[in-house]
Amino acid sequence: MSDKNNQNHTGKGKGKDIDHATGIETTGHEWDGIKELNNPMPRWWLWVFFITIIWSVWYWVVYPSWPVPGGATLGTKGYTQEGALKESQQEIFARQQVYLDKFQQASFDEILNDQELYRFAMTGGAAAFKDNCATCHGAGGAGQTGYPNLNDDDWLWGGRLSDISQTLHYGIRAGNMDTHLSQMPAFGKDKLLSREEIEAVVDHVMFISGQVKADSEHGAQIFAQQCAACHGENGQGDREFGAPNLTDKIWLYGGDRHTVYETVYNARAGVMPAWKDRLDENTIRQLTIYIHQLGGGEQDDMAMEEEAGDVREREDNAGQL
Amino acid sequence: MSLVEKHQKLERNSVILLIATTIAVLIGGVVEIIPLFRTETQIKPVGDIRPYTPLELAGQNIYVREGCHTCHSQQIRSLRDEVVRYGHYSIPAESMYDHPFLWGSKRTGPDLARVGGKYSDDWHVAHLKEPRDLVPESVMPSYSFLMKKGAKIDDLGSHLKALQSLGVPYTDEMVELAQQDAIAQATGEARTDTSGLAERYGEKVNARDFDGQPHIVSEMDALVAYLQVLGTFVDFDAIKDVEDEAP
Amino acid sequence: MTTIASTASGTASASPDYNYKVVRLFTLATVFWGITGFLVGIVIAAQMAFPDLNIEPYLSFGRLRPLHTSAVIFAFCGNGLFATSYYVVQRTCGVRLWSDALSSFTFWGYQIFIIIAGLGYVMGVTQTKEYAEPEWYADLWLTIVWVAYLLVYMMTIVKRKEPHLYVANWFYLAFIITIAVLHLGNNISLPIDLASAKSYSAFSGVQSALIQWWYGHNAVGFFLTSGFLGMMYYFIPKQAGRPIYSYRLSILHFWSLIFIYIWAGPHHLHYTALPMWVQTLGMTFSIMLWMPSWGGMINGLMTLSGAWHKLREDPILQFMAIALAFYGMATFEGPLLSIRSVNALSHYTDWTIGHVHAGALGWNGFITFGALYYLVPRLWGRERIYSVKLISLHLWIASLGIVFYIASMWVAGIMQGLMWRSYDDMGFLEYSFVESVMALKPFYILRVTGGVLYLSGALIMAYNFWRTIRGEVSAKEQPQIRNAQGVAA
Ligand code: HEC
Ligand code: HEC
Ligand code: HEC
Ligand code: HEM
Ligand code: HEM
Ligand SMILES: [Ca+2]
Ligand SMILES: [Ca+2]
Ligand SMILES: [Cu+2]
Repeated sequence: MSDKNNQNHTGKGKGKDIDHATGIETTGHEWDGIKELNNPMPRWWLWVFFITIIWSVWYWVVYPSWPVPGGATLGTKGYTQEGALKESQQEIFARQQVYLDKFQQASFDEILNDQELYRFAMTGGAAAFKDNCATCHGAGGAGQTGYPNLNDDDWLWGGRLSDISQTLHYGIRAGNMDTHLSQMPAFGKDKLLSREEIEAVVDHVMFISGQVKADSEHGAQIFAQQCAACHGENGQGDREFGAPNLTDKIWLYGGDRHTVYETVYNARAGVMPAWKDRLDENTIRQLTIYIHQLGGGEQDDMAMEEEAGDVREREDNAGQL
Repeated sequence: MSLVEKHQKLERNSVILLIATTIAVLIGGVVEIIPLFRTETQIKPVGDIRPYTPLELAGQNIYVREGCHTCHSQQIRSLRDEVVRYGHYSIPAESMYDHPFLWGSKRTGPDLARVGGKYSDDWHVAHLKEPRDLVPESVMPSYSFLMKKGAKIDDLGSHLKALQSLGVPYTDEMVELAQQDAIAQATGEARTDTSGLAERYGEKVNARDFDGQPHIVSEMDALVAYLQVLGTFVDFDAIKDVEDEAP
Repeated sequence: MTTIASTASGTASASPDYNYKVVRLFTLATVFWGITGFLVGIVIAAQMAFPDLNIEPYLSFGRLRPLHTSAVIFAFCGNGLFATSYYVVQRTCGVRLWSDALSSFTFWGYQIFIIIAGLGYVMGVTQTKEYAEPEWYADLWLTIVWVAYLLVYMMTIVKRKEPHLYVANWFYLAFIITIAVLHLGNNISLPIDLASAKSYSAFSGVQSALIQWWYGHNAVGFFLTSGFLGMMYYFIPKQAGRPIYSYRLSILHFWSLIFIYIWAGPHHLHYTALPMWVQTLGMTFSIMLWMPSWGGMINGLMTLSGAWHKLREDPILQFMAIALAFYGMATFEGPLLSIRSVNALSHYTDWTIGHVHAGALGWNGFITFGALYYLVPRLWGRERIYSVKLISLHLWIASLGIVFYIASMWVAGIMQGLMWRSYDDMGFLEYSFVESVMALKPFYILRVTGGVLYLSGALIMAYNFWRTIRGEVSAKEQPQIRNAQGVAA
């Protein structure tokens, strides 16, 4: 360590070195031609610095800040993130509360018949749909391959409010007790039918869906034995099993020969998640109405009974946003 | 001026300057970081938080490798819009087994802290293969190669071992059977015995073929298995009391 | 014109026997990595607008983003810091670097670090922690290189001729030692086995988050700020030919800056699972950091007083002055973003990205360009730079690029933040996440344009250096120089 400790120039003492351009004295040091002026620190700079320090001290008093044994200072305001969140939610609750009091008590029918509540349900449904459902069912609910169109009146599991509500709560093949279950067998993969037999039944599906003129006798036979239980004698579908209507021109996976063959050979079993634990009851009800109104909603003859069950649920969930 | 004169000592003795600088920069870190390791503020396990299964861990490592965290956060802030969009705000315990944390700092894509269960496996697979097939406006890269690539599961034991020595509560049995558990989880009970897996990691573990290719344990299987547990450990209705003592 | 272009005040021959060789190497590396890093920046910027540009698996956004950040921070800025610190320490201490062999080891060792880290990212090897992504083996290697750097730097200072240590060296020294501490702290991890690239961080969850941002914020504070202030404290007074404005300001702002910076990291974790008290400390110390940061800007800008006329015609000095302006802007915006309620809006959005690049492109980039223009003729013993006009061109193109970049990211970020939190009159969220993604596209395209302009500027600089090193002077500028010399003589 050979730090030099010889002569030092503090600017005072030996002959002063004055900068010509500004008339300010330098510190007397020079490094590679660089000198330093001995200007004072700008006043405003110091003041603002002090003010930020004073402000910080105030902030420490008011908010949780310094660690102490066993935790940290809590601040005089009693601020917590949780508390602040709740407080900020109040404003939003207030906007909703105007409608919610009525909405929570109202039956689906009453909502459909009350302009305000209806608008409330549709707006809330649209908002929830965009962030949760559109990724599968498309931005406008028009669906895509494997994900049904929700705008039409072709329902797999039923288009009444109670059906839709059930679907949303528990999903489809979503692995809970109340989910819609039923799965088409994989006729080819699991060797329930031979290739020729599948070819034949596909021919029949092509016929009943009006894509070809000629039916296959053999195929019709197999259909009656293997498929009619779910898709109905004439292939008109059965909502009990979520089995699609095969005679309309609306397809979930596709109606061309190749795709139908694929469906029969491997089966599909699409999954729709359950929303019961993810969205609160109010939101699911809004969504139900929203989906129902997209175009294909059907009359709900059992609405009253379903509603009775629903209200209890809703009260359990009240207050959640 | 006297302070300035004292300062000249530092300017003349560079070793003292170096030491003084080091002390100055250590203080802040010590005061902020050390208390987080105190027992009082140690993060308690809550509810059913469990370490990741070997397959999920493999998935997390793919998440890390692909840099998903450069676009996706896994940290829901306690702000009202985030709570509506993504679910309950994140609590400390939820990331206690993430070495390191994967909270992220930029949301080019949505938060994923609670994406588990939001979509089906099929959806995730199709989305990762080509996001724009499902979400036309998406700017997420496609990861179709994950389908073809077998997940590296033969060394999962050493991954668990390393985490075990860092304090993650993996048992020796879990370490021992890591590879086997990964295969069982990616196969499902229809085709293999998953009882050991369930015994070690709980009944709720998702065990099934995730990617629709039963013959292989692909990286897609692992990644989807990971995505499907994100945010599913804590049932917030059941732990109201913990919620109240959150930050 | 003489001072702009000529190197009269310090050609190699007139100086003691300095080690310029290693400085020349680092200078070339700075230019090379700068161009590489900007290019990768443009690629990822373009990928965010046009996702088809992702090439899986190696060249997808998630792997290239850390390549960009490491290339610009560690490779471009890092080499720039090595080059200038080695130059400055020799000239202000009046002695040759302590060890030629060790300093040349720091050069090659550092380039090897950059290459193994960068190759790792493309292969998918990463620890995820921002700016600390290299895996354990690269971390270890960097530790060795960094200790060598500290040794070279410190020993050169110790054997200096000047009794006092010039302020630039305080800042460089603080940068070197603090980065060593941060690097060691944040990278503690356990490899799964010594033959594997994979390791697990020793820390998890909340602790891991805080340690990461203790590191990450101070990578900004010491790599991108303290080190660059060292650069500023030498090259501005040299290029302006003026003394430093205030010695006392240097002292106070140095100590307050390095002391306060360390505390500010938690401002990256507002409203998260990190305990509230730490967030408060992060926020308040960020506010207190405002003036210490501006101290550097004031000292630099006021150094120009008495040399305002030079600023009008000297594009090198213009680079440096604009750099200080951007430094001032970024360090005003930073404390603003640290306020919890502002951060609630800005965090996770492109506003942060705009802030980063105001600092990165404006401050780090411009001060480096200024220093390089100063250095290159001197290091290669050339009388002047090839073309001053090209420096001006670089300045204007790059400035325009920055404006495109940060203006578009401000708008994008604030819009994004507002869209996420916007409620309709019934209390429902107004926009879905994907709608915000759609809205950003035009701004992402604008940013690409900005990046291309900025890169073009850097390419012009590289060309200018190439011709300078070959000893050429632009034909158009030759009469001027003769004139200037005539006047001077
Ligand atoms: C993971 C993708 C996915 C998401 C997300 C999703 N769905 Fe579905 N949904 C499906 C699939 C697949 C089906 C059809 C299942 C089948 O094959 O029976 C379906 C069916 C439905 C049905 C029944 C249609 C019928 O014809 O009976 C309704 C109603 C529905 N979804 C509404 C919604 C709503 C509302 C949301 C958002 C809260 C939503 N879905 C989110 C995949 C999804
Ligand atoms: C156990 C009930 C069941 C049986 C038996 C059954 N299916 Fe299905 N089928 C379904 C269900 C449920 C779906 C809805 C698709 C899904 O699984 O997501 C379906 C879908 C289809 C589809 C796709 C329709 C579309 O819109 O894309 C075709 C075609 C089809 N079945 C044909 C058949 C034929 C042919 C047979 C007999 C060989 C058959 N199904 C037997 C339940 C059944
Ligand atoms: C360039 C940025 C980017 C990268 C990298 C990226 N994503 Fe995404 N991600 C997005 C965007 C944008 C969306 C929203 C649009 C969509 O759903 O595709 C998204 C959506 C998602 C979603 C749906 C989330 C939801 O709640 O709707 C999941 C799951 C997802 N990404 C997983 C991943 C995984 C896993 C990786 C890494 C292998 C990854 N992402 C990499 C940008 C990215
Ligand atoms: C041509 C010039 C550049 C372009 C086009 C560019 C582009 C980008 C892009 C697109 C991102 C990712 C943003 C996101 O994920 O949303 C990014 C991140 C980043 N860039 Fe650049 N960049 C450029 C120059 C620089 C320079 C010179 C530096 C540093 C000196 C820099 C430092 C960073 C940092 C630190 C980040 C990460 C920011 C964060 O995580 O918040 N960039 N850049
Ligand atoms: C007083 C000085 C500064 C303060 C208080 C400050 C504060 C902040 C804040 C609050 C954020 C946003 C954190 C978040 O929400 O995620 C941030 C991000 C960032 N700032 Fe600054 N800033 C300062 C100066 C600078 C300067 C000069 C640079 C130089 C380049 C810089 C580079 C960055 C980077 C790279 C990030 C992104 C970190 C990340 O998320 O990856 N900052 N800063
Ligand atoms: Ca599989
Ligand atoms: Ca590292
Ligand atoms: Cu910061």
